[in-house]
Amino acid sequence: MQVRRRLRRSLALAVLPPLAACDFGGPQSVLDPQGPIAQAQQDLFLWTYYLSWPVMILVVAVIAYSMWKFRAKSVEDAKALPHQTHGHTTLEIAWTLIPVVLVILVAVPTVRTLFATESTIAASQYTDDDVVIRATGYQWWFKFDYGDGVVTSSEMHIPVGRRVIVELDAADVLHSFWVPNLAGKRDMIPNQANQVWFSADRPGVFYGQCAELCLGAHAYMRFRVIASEEEDYRAWLASFRDAGATVQTVQADPQIERGRQLVAQKGCIACHTIDGYYADGTPVGGSEFPNLTNFGLRLTVATSMLDATPENVARWIRYPDAVKPGNRMPTLWTGDDPNAEEEVAAITAYLLSLGRDSGAATATLGETHGNR
Amino acid sequence: MAIGKVGGADYEPHGAGGDALLQRPAGYAGIASWLTTVDHKRLGILYILTSFMFMGFASIEAFLIRLQLLSPNNTLLSPDVYNQMFTMHGVTMVFLAIMPLGIGFANYMVPLQIGARDLAFPRLNAFGYWAYLAGGLFLYTSFFLGGAPDVGWFAYAPLTSLSNNPGLGTDFYMIGLFVGGIGTLVTAMNLIVTIVNMRAPGMTMMRVPVFTWLMLVTSFLIIFAFPPLTIALFQVIMDRSFGTLFYVPEAGAMPILWQHLFWIFGHPEVYIIILPAFGVISEIIPTFSRKPLFGYPVIILSGIFIGFMGFAVWTHHMFTTGLGPVVNTAFALTSFVIGIPTGVKVFNWLGTMWGGKIVFTTSMLYAVAFLVTFTLGGVTGIMLAVPPFDAQAQDSYFVVAHFHFVMGGGALLSFFAALFYWFPKMTGRMISERLGKISFWLLVPGFYVIFFPQHFLGLMGMPRRTQTYVEGIGLEIWNQVSTFGTFIMGAGMLLLAFAVLSAFRNGRPAGNDPWDGRTLEWSTTSPPPYYDFDRQPVVNDRDAHWVQKYPESVHGERVPESASLPYDAGGIHIPGASWYPFLAAVAMLPMSYGLLYNNWWVLGISLLGIVLATYGWALEGVGGKHIHIDHGGADHGRHREETDA
Repeated sequence: MQVRRRLRRSLALAVLPPLAACDFGGPQSVLDPQGPIAQAQQDLFLWTYYLSWPVMILVVAVIAYSMWKFRAKSVEDAKALPHQTHGHTTLEIAWTLIPVVLVILVAVPTVRTLFATESTIAASQYTDDDVVIRATGYQWWFKFDYGDGVVTSSEMHIPVGRRVIVELDAADVLHSFWVPNLAGKRDMIPNQANQVWFSADRPGVFYGQCAELCLGAHAYMRFRVIASEEEDYRAWLASFRDAGATVQTVQADPQIERGRQLVAQKGCIACHTIDGYYADGTPVGGSEFPNLTNFGLRLTVATSMLDATPENVARWIRYPDAVKPGNRMPTLWTGDDPNAEEEVAAITAYLLSLGRDSGAATATLGETHGNR
Repeated sequence: MAIGKVGGADYEPHGAGGDALLQRPAGYAGIASWLTTVDHKRLGILYILTSFMFMGFASIEAFLIRLQLLSPNNTLLSPDVYNQMFTMHGVTMVFLAIMPLGIGFANYMVPLQIGARDLAFPRLNAFGYWAYLAGGLFLYTSFFLGGAPDVGWFAYAPLTSLSNNPGLGTDFYMIGLFVGGIGTLVTAMNLIVTIVNMRAPGMTMMRVPVFTWLMLVTSFLIIFAFPPLTIALFQVIMDRSFGTLFYVPEAGAMPILWQHLFWIFGHPEVYIIILPAFGVISEIIPTFSRKPLFGYPVIILSGIFIGFMGFAVWTHHMFTTGLGPVVNTAFALTSFVIGIPTGVKVFNWLGTMWGGKIVFTTSMLYAVAFLVTFTLGGVTGIMLAVPPFDAQAQDSYFVVAHFHFVMGGGALLSFFAALFYWFPKMTGRMISERLGKISFWLLVPGFYVIFFPQHFLGLMGMPRRTQTYVEGIGLEIWNQVSTFGTFIMGAGMLLLAFAVLSAFRNGRPAGNDPWDGRTLEWSTTSPPPYYDFDRQPVVNDRDAHWVQKYPESVHGERVPESASLPYDAGGIHIPGASWYPFLAAVAMLPMSYGLLYNNWWVLGISLLGIVLATYGWALEGVGGKHIHIDHGGADHGRHREETDA
């Protein structure tokens, strides 16, 4: 299967010199499908692409030939009028049929793929094998809710091979869910239940991005889909379910403990939930801002703009508006605040410690980083 | 044939009656004569010049967009400013530049092509132009009054709701398009009445020049497409100014309604832009191939079919909104079907060139560039009509590339062809062919350098309407190439502007028929006299002017009947100039600001002004004079005038 697909792709590129000269792959490319849905979408594109070549060649060839053969060689030549033909019924019927045939050649596989890839799956048809995730678009980040209190932001974990059904919603304006390697877009619209489903063929980190104008930091509204083997996925899920309310627990490491206190003092958890609790131990209701639970398991920070290295996390906390212009996170330290560096470092250390002691940490990070 | 030497100082109309509120300006000079003109030729020139002015603004916006995208994480423009730039670029090109260009050429050429003296309602025509200008200027003042619209040219709800977008930009968009839309609508009605009723004797519908025919189709599209837009605009104006809840999701609204209303306008709008371009191409290719249009009836019928089907494909702009596979199948099929008449048109244009004697003027070069570019855009259009692929390409740079190939490479290149083709008729002077060709070889290759790589960017996952992109996913190189292209195309456009502007003063005299044209506009002088034709043209074949020049090439031995008749005893009626259309349109400016700032006094007084101006307009009557052109005799070329009773 895999080999055949690769063979087909290289064959496609070999036939087409303009495309073959360049590499159009990449973590966000439509031409690098990693699942059956994206594969079917790419196949249809390539099919129409092949069909377009004879059309373009025909049109350009006729124009080029006419320009060479039928050009007026001189003013005198132009004055000798050509035969004043008004038309030719047979010819015109013939070239009405050419587009008809082409259109049929495109339409048949289109309709077939359309029903195979875009049919809505009713909730009653969900199977136990399906992974159902509720995705909500906010200005300007994605929330992924797995149920049972497992809520993440900007990073969606899925198991390889299983069908993933994403139920789409929007909290404010329109957004669009797009992971080119796995599936085409489906818009997130307030008051409208939309759905997209796909699966991944192999473990990997796939890039996603909002594709519907939502103003402000729209260009930075990115996310990742992390596909891992079944057991790694289960470990990740379990780590979430088991996460204790670390926001209430005194930490051993003094820097991490300082960070834990600062998160409460600086007001971070006025918006961000950590393990579902406020600092005083009361549970948080609905969260309209990214959940920071198990933050230490994140691959990226700032809506997947940056890798989650300590430096990047610190920069994001310190200068949110420089990293992601237009976003809603307040800048908490003035430029000359003498405590800024120490406080940012403590908060960073605390956040990166979240979830690190769980079994999922090594498995998830090791597996997925290896792929890209 | 006598050509009346009239115009300028010769022009001595009577004034308005003593009871008129406003003196009707006389004469053909001075600013007042332009503000009050009802002459379709002057209004056509105003339309074309205004369109190019707005196109200049839009080009600056486009240039800034490309500069911002030169490198990843560039900070030349803030997200906010960038959003304003692409919104205004789109709105300007669609509503203020390309569409009015088609209408401008139609204004000038339709009456000439059908042998009429003017449009059916000359004052309404003036009103249409001034309303368009008022809407456009109103939109552009937004830059100085708190920021331009930043919601995209499609302004999807609920981005436009007061809570999501408290600034005035959205109000500028809604009110500006509403005012401009009034102008477009009345002009469309005017064109329909003109083309249906005012054709020269003998010009049956199947002898009407293709440009005029397709303007007729376009006008019907405008009439049916603009009302849904107007309704949608008004809903949002009501939401924002009066607290209704059409598009407020918090109150349970379904924002998808806006998309349906917008695209049931927006897709026909695409054909409103491209059908006049098809018309232009169908005039230019036969003229410079020195052959009749191949398959005239098929070109006309396919144009009508495209116009009709244009109303049945709107949700292909909404394939990713989750309408389900049945709806997507239906609209994919109707979209494919539109590819058929469009393909037939291209083949017919090729058939026209085949076996001709092709003269490569600048105009013809642009027409050929149109053929290639438009076909490419059509081919990617079919790809995008495939919903599963559209799910990937929608809202990516692939779409940006596609519609720039059909709108820019299609409509705009054909209007550049039209400019070179009809400029000699409109001014009596030729645009330098040398400068024209140099500009062509900068502009068209530059266009390809800008837009062709955008297909690649889309396939590599770059969404449109994002002011920047991240490093490391391969988007840098093609963005740089694309930005580089703007310099080439920009140089071409500047050279083109220079060539046109200098031709106004220094162009070689054109003569009446510099291209050996086929249609009636080439039978009168360049520029035509204010009364257009000094004898009533009579049409006895499709290429009415050509058949007079080369009867043997069309009819063999038969010699066609007379090509013109003297006007009857009433002479040629020239309606008087009028202040009222101008005043009614200008009053819409304070009306717009009144609505914008929710200042009901200003709004009310302006509405009263519009009503009064309309009354004045209705009561003053057509006015004007009748002129009689004397053919032959000692008075050859003179004319006498008599005033209207």
